[in-house]
Amino acid sequence: MNLQEIMTNLSLEVKTPGLNLDREVTGGYVSDLLSDVMGNASQGNIWITLQIHLNIVAVASLKGLAGIILVNNRRPDEDTITRAVAENIPLMTSDLPTFELVGRLYALGLRCR
Amino acid sequence: MNNVEEGVFFLTGKDFTNAGAASSSLKGVLEKRGVPQDIIRRTAIAAFEAEMNVIIYAVAGMMKYRITDTEISVTIQDMGQGIPNIELAMTEGYSTAPDYIREMGFGSGMGLPNIKKSTDYFVINSMIGEGTTLEFTIHLIPCDKERA
Repeated sequence: MNLQEIMTNLSLEVKTPGLNLDREVTGGYVSDLLSDVMGNASQGNIWITLQIHLNIVAVASLKGLAGIILVNNRRPDEDTITRAVAENIPLMTSDLPTFELVGRLYALGLRCR
Repeated sequence: MNNVEEGVFFLTGKDFTNAGAASSSLKGVLEKRGVPQDIIRRTAIAAFEAEMNVIIYAVAGMMKYRITDTEISVTIQDMGQGIPNIELAMTEGYSTAPDYIREMGFGSGMGLPNIKKSTDYFVINSMIGEGTTLEFTIHLIPCDKERA
């Protein structure tokens, strides 16, 4: 499954214009603790979080994550968007809370790791 | 040992804007060198956690790296408050981070354990009121092959 399909199916709003969404998503990881993501997410995962500050981009970039979905209609900081574009990390937002969003990702066939 | 590469990055306490930049640069050096993905991944985890500790807790610090044909070694030295009890600091879930740091998703008490798990050798020395030095090494080739 690629990021474009996920975006379309879940009606996500893309906050990083111009980034290619045609990238394979290997699974998903949910956490608001950055060290948890560093230690336990896998390369190519989509990361679901409510953190919106720019350090999430560094984590996603270092881990080689496919992208970040911000839940509960949380708006990323302006500098987070700028950094995400520079580091080629797609940022998307959803108005769904985490539980519902992840439920839908699972229903789409996305699995952990 | 004919292919040694060394470098240093300077870190500024509370500079969350550039947090992670040193680890990203180190990752770039390893990628350029053609280091295997799994080793890059482990190095990036350990470097990022150590870098964030300097940003969160210290006034300033530096990250030095040395890459040889057999290993990657990284030393992170800071001018900070020091760690009173290293054993306690190594306990998963233990953290002295203030609330605003925790709200950012840092300070979960997983940093030092993550470094230990990701590396082949890891040591911390700390002096109260002076700072902390953390060193880790990741082997590029298994130790038994190195000895052979």
